[in-house]
Amino acid sequence: MELLPNITINHYLLVSVALFSLGILGILLRRNAIIMFMCIELMLNAVNLMLVAFSKMWGQTDAQVFVFFIMVVAAAEVAVGLAILMMLYRNMNTTSTDVLDKLKW
Amino acid sequence: MLTEYAFWFLSFVAFFSAAFMIITKNPVYSVLSLILTFFSIAGHYFLLNAQFLAAVHIIVYAGAIMVLFLYVIMMLNLNTLEEEKKSTWMKALSVVAGGILLFVLLGIVRRTDELTVIAAANGADCGLVENLGKALYRDFLIPFELASVLFLGAMVGAVYLSKKELV
Amino acid sequence: MEKLVTLIPLFPLVGFLYIIFLGKGLSKNLIGGIGSGAILLSFITSIAVFSTQLGGGNPTIVKVFDWITAGSLDIDIAFIVDPLSTIYLLFITGVGFLIHVYSIGYMHDDEGFNRFIAYLNFFVFFMLILVLGDSYVTMFVGWEGVGLCSFMLIGFWYKDMKNNDAAKKAFVINRIGDLGLIIGMCMIFMQTGTLKYDDLFITGSESSSLNGWYLHAAAIFLFIGAMGKSAQIPLHTWLPDAMAGPTPVSALIHAATMVTAGIYMVARSSDIFAASEIASNVVVWAGLLTAILGATVALTQNDIKKVLAYSTVSQLGFMFVALGLGAYSIAVFHVITHAFFKALLFLGSGSVIHGMGGEQDIRRMGGLKKYMPTTHLTFLIGTIAISGIPPLAGFFSKDQIIAFAFEENMFVFVILSAASALTAFYMFRLYFLTFHGKFRGTHDQEHHLHESPKVMTIPLVVLAVLSIFGGLIGFPHALGHTIHFHHWLDHALEKTVVMPFLDMSLNVELVLMLLATVIAAASIFFAYNKYVTKGELALEDKDIKSSTHKTLAAKYYFDEIYDALIRKPIDAASAFFAKVIEPTFIDGLVRSVSTIPTGLGNVAKLAQNGKLVMYVMAMIIGLILILITLL
Repeated sequence: MELLPNITINHYLLVSVALFSLGILGILLRRNAIIMFMCIELMLNAVNLMLVAFSKMWGQTDAQVFVFFIMVVAAAEVAVGLAILMMLYRNMNTTSTDVLDKLKW
Repeated sequence: MLTEYAFWFLSFVAFFSAAFMIITKNPVYSVLSLILTFFSIAGHYFLLNAQFLAAVHIIVYAGAIMVLFLYVIMMLNLNTLEEEKKSTWMKALSVVAGGILLFVLLGIVRRTDELTVIAAANGADCGLVENLGKALYRDFLIPFELASVLFLGAMVGAVYLSKKELV
Repeated sequence: MEKLVTLIPLFPLVGFLYIIFLGKGLSKNLIGGIGSGAILLSFITSIAVFSTQLGGGNPTIVKVFDWITAGSLDIDIAFIVDPLSTIYLLFITGVGFLIHVYSIGYMHDDEGFNRFIAYLNFFVFFMLILVLGDSYVTMFVGWEGVGLCSFMLIGFWYKDMKNNDAAKKAFVINRIGDLGLIIGMCMIFMQTGTLKYDDLFITGSESSSLNGWYLHAAAIFLFIGAMGKSAQIPLHTWLPDAMAGPTPVSALIHAATMVTAGIYMVARSSDIFAASEIASNVVVWAGLLTAILGATVALTQNDIKKVLAYSTVSQLGFMFVALGLGAYSIAVFHVITHAFFKALLFLGSGSVIHGMGGEQDIRRMGGLKKYMPTTHLTFLIGTIAISGIPPLAGFFSKDQIIAFAFEENMFVFVILSAASALTAFYMFRLYFLTFHGKFRGTHDQEHHLHESPKVMTIPLVVLAVLSIFGGLIGFPHALGHTIHFHHWLDHALEKTVVMPFLDMSLNVELVLMLLATVIAAASIFFAYNKYVTKGELALEDKDIKSSTHKTLAAKYYFDEIYDALIRKPIDAASAFFAKVIEPTFIDGLVRSVSTIPTGLGNVAKLAQNGKLVMYVMAMIIGLILILITLL
């Protein structure tokens, strides 16, 4: 069945790109580590969306499997990342990334 | 017809809730708006007939990852305003960089003119659970198994990292 | 037989090397014996080689080895055996031998004795290379070598800074002359493509191709080289200062041999000078100026050796006048006789200094004739010889120069005669003030006075004999034909140019001889009158009143003029360079190698400020740039 006769792949690409840019903008603008994390998740999701759209276009399942595994990795990454963030908070008593400037000249 | 409206609606919701997420100062609001974004993306998946993925998306992302985020935020008691003033030119530069990136990417994806219509005659069913399962367990079995190892590593790492040092 | 000539420089070289490397611990007499023996062997070999040239034989080239072969440039070390070089060999080795023997006695108490004898040998080696060389290049090797040895020997007592300064002065002024010599050599080479005497003069083919302004310029530059080496105005200031060296050095180098190298070179290049009227005139006037200037300054000097030094300068001027007028063989004749009596005078003064325990000021001497009879007698003979009293050696050579001048240029004749008269006067002034009258030194010196040992007086005697009889080899043409020195030498030098020779009648020559003798005798009488009869003494420095006397005593302020004109600007310039240019630019340039990267690093390190956001921003910008290329 054809649900979206007038929606082209371009639309999906546009949406995906917009979400991706928002994610990048979020990383650049925010300094709270947790918010930055969430922006990374947003970026990953934008990519997922684009992959699924292409999968529908070509009619193959490979892209969806890829999306599946991206989700797997994202989950694992969030778990470990939040654990690191906890340690950061324990040492610095703040979640702002501005305090992480010891690796400088 | 209706689905077209649905598409546009979902896109706007996704976009604006993402924008709200990065603008708001309150981390809890951020998390909640991100959940909203995820739901709208799951809606997109439904429109694209990727049913399994839509379900998994909601369960994993909105149900597990975001909850984890909420746990951390509440544990660290971050619902107060904490961020210092950023320099204006930094913000401006970031917006400019983000905007340029947006336009560059758009320019790149513009090239795909010939693939205009999502019309795959025999591919409409590719998102069904059955087909996806077949692909997963036949062609991509090893990565599937390795994913479990990955999870094991992540679990061990997370537990180890967050242990308190015994004084 | 001519091949023996390669041995001649070898003996002193071996002597030098042996003494330097293996001479430690040997007794002084043995070292002196080795040094003198080397020169003696050279002398004997020189006699053998000389004998081949007596019959007017053809010049022979004896090649020693190839030196530089570069394209068309082919320089080899070879020796030329012809009358000019062999006669020089004789008196260099002969007088050199006597001076070596003398130094055994004179330097006996010196701790650097070994070094001294070795350096003397080294010097003789180079001098022999100089006169034996068959091309300008080989001569130049010897030329530089004698300059070096002169430097080493003048500054022999190096612990006293004044001696080092004198040695440096000698070397630097020599060097200025050497520059002229090199330029002259280059000009000759540029036009003719060769520097060998064989090609240039003897076979006669090449020197004719030297013409135009090259010829004149080359001749003048060569003469500049001679000016430096033979102490002509204006490069004469080093010779009086060189008296800081030990007396045997003054005798050997600055009376008999090194300063005559300039004469040798001009005589050897006689073809060039004879062909260039301008250059010959330059030589004459330079020599004339030197002759009269040296004579006038010598009138006022109070150090024995300085008087003799200025006398040498003046006599060298005589020789160059002769060369410039075209009387090449007469000049060489005067070189030989001058070597005899000047070496005698220097050695005699050395004996006096030795006896006085180091005192050199004649105002502190007097009446030495009863303490040092042999020295006195030989010194007197030397003084008579230099004054030009017949029949001693100096008369014949000097008279012939003056006679030649009479023929060629009346003005030169008058000035030379005046210089001759002055020569007689100041030499006898020196003699009277030193040996006659009452002793004016300290009591201790008087006790110390003694005649020098035999090893010092025997060379004096030998030289005295030579001074008396040595002139007879050049007996004038007009008076008789005993030995044809001039013809013999002219024959060697006259291949392409017909040498002018004295063609005056017997009467004119006799009158001139008589005139010269009378003038000399009159000068001696004046000196006797002033210093012996009236008993006048040389003035102390503070008593000098007349400004003429002051100027003469200050050597016409030559040193002061050079100081102001040359040394001070150079000092100022080098101070400027050292204090301004060097620290700012050179050091700055070197330091900029470190400061520029450091500065750049200081700027670049600001990019690494550790902020996460900056790094992410950098990544995004890089990503954008990469993506732009895909557009």
